[in-house]
Amino acid sequence: MKTSEFAADALPPLSAGAERGRGRRAPGALVRSLRTGAPVLPFLIYVFLGLGIPALVIVDLAFRTKAGQFTMANVHAITSGGQYLAGFETSLKLAFVASVIPGVLGTLLAYAISTSRHETLKRLVASASGVLANFGGVNLAFMFVATIGAGAGVVTSWLARVGFNPWDHGFNLYKLSGVALVYMYFQVPLMMLVVTPALHGLRPAWREAAENLGASTWYYWRYVGIPVILPSVIASMFLLFGFGFSAYATAEALTGGSIALTPIQIGAFLNGNVIAGQENVGYALGLGMIVLLLISVTGYAFLQRRSSRWLR
Amino acid sequence: MAALATTEGLFDFDEPLATAAPSGGRRRRIRWGRGAILTLAAAYFLLPMYAALKFSLQDINGHFSLSPVAAIPSQPGLGSAFFLSLRLATVTMVLTMLLMVPTVIYVHLKLPRFRRVMDVITIMPIVIPPIVLILGVLHVAPLWLKSSPYLLSLVYVILAMPFVYRSLDAGLGALDVKTLVEASRSLGAGWIATMWRVIVPNLRAALLSASVLTLALVLGEFTMASLDLWETLPVWIVDFDQTNAHISTAVAMLSLIATWLLLTLIVSLDRSHSRRHRRNRAS
Repeated sequence: MKTSEFAADALPPLSAGAERGRGRRAPGALVRSLRTGAPVLPFLIYVFLGLGIPALVIVDLAFRTKAGQFTMANVHAITSGGQYLAGFETSLKLAFVASVIPGVLGTLLAYAISTSRHETLKRLVASASGVLANFGGVNLAFMFVATIGAGAGVVTSWLARVGFNPWDHGFNLYKLSGVALVYMYFQVPLMMLVVTPALHGLRPAWREAAENLGASTWYYWRYVGIPVILPSVIASMFLLFGFGFSAYATAEALTGGSIALTPIQIGAFLNGNVIAGQENVGYALGLGMIVLLLISVTGYAFLQRRSSRWLR
Repeated sequence: MAALATTEGLFDFDEPLATAAPSGGRRRRIRWGRGAILTLAAAYFLLPMYAALKFSLQDINGHFSLSPVAAIPSQPGLGSAFFLSLRLATVTMVLTMLLMVPTVIYVHLKLPRFRRVMDVITIMPIVIPPIVLILGVLHVAPLWLKSSPYLLSLVYVILAMPFVYRSLDAGLGALDVKTLVEASRSLGAGWIATMWRVIVPNLRAALLSASVLTLALVLGEFTMASLDLWETLPVWIVDFDQTNAHISTAVAMLSLIATWLLLTLIVSLDRSHSRRHRRNRAS
């Protein structure tokens, strides 16, 4: 039920107006409620101009030919198989791997850090999470080439010296698993940013109560700790999924387009690498991404609301 | 859904966590587990930095040398790219604060029912990927705006919104805003004085984490800047990579580490400030 409400709010300013007016009967009250709402208007207008209109334009252009006539050809070109559908498939696979693994590791790491007593360490990690969650692109790609690239990578040569060159055992930095490894560099810090407040919601009293009732550490986590934080953790993973799915610069720099990912295909479209007659397919790809991201953000919002029952 | 990057919690080190001090062997086991996780994470995050530094700090013969760092200030275009990024970051921060702080405070005070709608609106920037958003923005923006770099600032405000809103929302949620405002108003303060001298100081931690995240976002953003054809610092680093990869990598590492230390400094300054505050209150 919450989900459908959420979807109905997808066009923010319009539904915002409806929300404000809902439930008021007298016309005088309507005027008054409009007046109370007025200070929020600059914000709503800004979001509408900066986000609403560009999004609507993408949706509109997805259904038009280059000349401006209505067409279903763009959407059809994507959904009927071929490279674009394969791009979505690979992107979804990558986003899945690059959200579940960093999600688990980021939670463990956030817990290890937030229970630590070293203030300096906590401070360094807190600011590092903010910086690294926004790090990406060519620099990140290059760092990993220098670390675990095929020939001259520092770690590659260390491992090769002890007789285990990962490249001889199926590892490839430029394939899906390699890109997922690189994505972890910003996904784990992002997870830490997002999940730490939820971990703070675990109250010491619960632990003490469980121990007084004779629960072991395992019992405490199995029946109290994990059930309380799980919705938040999964919600955060949905968010990571969205970021992994949207990431462009890193994959582009690392693979140079050698694996088909939807954001890279949109980038190619932006750079003018398109077949004649398919000029607007890029917009349809954008529409596809918006639809898939809407699903994952809805999952996030739904689970987050569930978790707020226990966590303030 | 109050918890998308409510960095409030991340920067708040006083809150105790659920670790009812276990005794003896169990504590040792937990410490081992934590040590293993931290070591693994440190290796994963620091080794690439080490590798990149090792690559950048080389002379022509491949020996260790600081000459690439010494050569940084004299590189063409770097200065203007750096100042462009700095200007964009400043404008973005000012715009974000002007737009978000009054709105979020107002919603908390007068329109609590509207918070659910705000939750939904502010999550929307995540639904539209940056590469798609810039596609739409470049399509609709008027020419005079497209010829200005500050178009990027306008869009960065949108990009930062999910983090900024949640940070402010959590910060306000922890305050008793209504009482603060009533007290201030009944003592004769106007609205502006109330905002500036009562609410904003109380929101310091939330404002701090919001601006830290905005700063990190603007200084690191590449996709939109490059598609809008402006040479910000990240774009310069990529372009210059063709000319001299050693220097370009040195700049990239330097800017990463400098941003990190700067943010640590900001966070630490706030900590020492509030600690002094608390001591004064206690005595």
